[in-house]
Amino acid sequence: MNKLLDALRSTQVWKSIFRHGYPDTPRNRTLAILSNVFLHLHPVKVRRSGIQLSYTWCMGGLTFFLFLVETITGLLLMFYYRPTAELAYQDIFALREHVPIGVMREVHRWAAHLMVITVWLHMYRVFLTGSYKPPREFNWNIGVILLVITLLLSFTGYLLPWDQLAVWAITVGTNMARATPFLGHEGPGAALISFGGLDFVHAGDDVRFGLLGGRFVGDAALLRFYVLHCVGFPLVAAVLMAVHFWRVRKDGGISGPL
Amino acid sequence: MGQLIKDLIDTVTKPVPYFLGSALLLAVVLKFRKISTKLSLIAAFFLIGSAFLVWAWGDPNFNRIVTKPDNVPIIILIFSVVFFSWLSLRRAYLNDERIKAGRPSLEGELSKQKVFTWPDLVYIELICMVLFTAALIIWSVSIEAPIEEYAATARTPNPSKAPWYFLGLQELLVYFDPWIAGVLLPSYIVVGLMAIPYLDVNPKGNGYYTFEERPFAVSFFWVGFLLFWVSFVILGTFLRGPNWSFFGPFEYWDLHKLEPMVNVDLSTYFWVELLGQPRPSAPLVREAPGIAFILGYFLILPKLLERPLLKAFYAGAREHLVRYHVFMHLLLWFGLVPLKMLLRWTVSLKYFVGIPEWFFNI
Ligand code: HEM
Repeated sequence: MNKLLDALRSTQVWKSIFRHGYPDTPRNRTLAILSNVFLHLHPVKVRRSGIQLSYTWCMGGLTFFLFLVETITGLLLMFYYRPTAELAYQDIFALREHVPIGVMREVHRWAAHLMVITVWLHMYRVFLTGSYKPPREFNWNIGVILLVITLLLSFTGYLLPWDQLAVWAITVGTNMARATPFLGHEGPGAALISFGGLDFVHAGDDVRFGLLGGRFVGDAALLRFYVLHCVGFPLVAAVLMAVHFWRVRKDGGISGPL
Repeated sequence: MGQLIKDLIDTVTKPVPYFLGSALLLAVVLKFRKISTKLSLIAAFFLIGSAFLVWAWGDPNFNRIVTKPDNVPIIILIFSVVFFSWLSLRRAYLNDERIKAGRPSLEGELSKQKVFTWPDLVYIELICMVLFTAALIIWSVSIEAPIEEYAATARTPNPSKAPWYFLGLQELLVYFDPWIAGVLLPSYIVVGLMAIPYLDVNPKGNGYYTFEERPFAVSFFWVGFLLFWVSFVILGTFLRGPNWSFFGPFEYWDLHKLEPMVNVDLSTYFWVELLGQPRPSAPLVREAPGIAFILGYFLILPKLLERPLLKAFYAGAREHLVRYHVFMHLLLWFGLVPLKMLLRWTVSLKYFVGIPEWFFNI
């Protein structure tokens, strides 16, 4: 057995992939991190305080993990889903009826809920350990934007099943935009933006209209939310996460007493 | 006996006792950290909490609301938020004791040692991932994602609720108009969060849990996050039913439950009750008292409090004046929420400034 493994390890194929032996020596442990593009997000060595589970609660890591779960399950769901008011509901319904072991939708939905919780808890932890203090002010700000993006991801996804729950939750949510000061047609100040008795801000062109692509939650809104949910927000989130992780390292790793 | 407990719970979960009770609980927990961070306390919470869930499961009304698939996360939220609050406070308490005894904080002691990322960190990450994958799969196999009827724009469900993570904001709609609850306050929350690192100049407590080195910051975040965000989400999910009326957890969601709402504008109090004359018709005159109040609240109050509060928060250093005023502005917006809530509960105040003609109501 060991011989076989040794033989395998000395093949050109194996050597071309792994540039080091099993990571049980300091040298190989260092190489394991440095030669792997994913692992080298980490530094080679970390302070003991920073990896304590009761210090970080692993919440940032879990948020990232859940984001990956969402990406994979979301991709699979896209194979079965057409974003029109006519077909969307039927496609979601069919997931349960026709797709074997169809739990992808469940995993996607529950992981999304969890991600909202973990991102809140992550922020809570970062605050309570004072990790937003210099030099990590900027990374805290990246984090706040990530928090908003996470909520928006969840919010745009909520509409896609096109059932009563979805459409009305989004209706309630986007109704707020009507009341945006100056920009919503029921917002304070909107009436001031008129010219010769002609209102410039009305139900047919205010921010809510822009958000939904119409006066109510319909086909256009579904397409907009779909594109943002599947492409727009994930892209922004991925880029910001890259910045976020980079910054964690550049700011001296997980925070600890100075 | 069972019914008695249920009635009692239905009563204490009414918005006013619920909110005031939660606030009191927070204060007590923070004040008596030595006791509240005991291991037995969190164990008791989990035991009693689970026992309560099992017991209440049998109640049809409780069961209907708690077993909604989309409400499962809220149960997770409650338990995890309580647990992590306890954990952080425990570590803070232990650190505070160490620091008082002249020893370094736990983090300070551990941070002297460096360990290899492989295996120490990579394994933790791997185990976390495996556990969560397993949990997600079990959860997904056992509870189906909900799908309701095909969307119909003509049939409004009652209640119509936003997704659960926005229910805190929806709850604010009880007290404020949408332009404040739905637009202004969310924007202020985001801006306020982003401003935190630039407003908090206390260099202590960077990289370790502590309470005593930053009592205001920690208490403030507890109040903001636990009391005004998480507890409102819970309230909105479990205790708000048709017409956004209040329903206790054991109460039947009666579509016709009406809560009489006779709320009165500040202008009515001023002109009609105080001066005994009808309200003037010109909006700006009519609302002058409210406008004066709001302007005073946002513009004069920070100036009046400048000396004592600059001293309290920024050691009186005048170079922090800009910080102080930005901080006060954010704080006053935050404070407007409990202020309005209290005034609503006590004197049924509807609006400080009510100019529906211009959609301008505060
Ligand atoms: C999609 C959302 C997010 C992901 C995937 C993410 C991921 C991470 C990870 C993996 C870390 C390493 C330490 C840890 O696990 O705690 C981290 C650290 C950090 N995060 Fe996030 N985060 C997110 C959102 C946020 C939010 C909402 C905030 C704050 C408002 C934030 C602020 C920070 C800061 C300041 C650090 C450095 C903390 C330290 O050095 O102790 N992040 N983040």
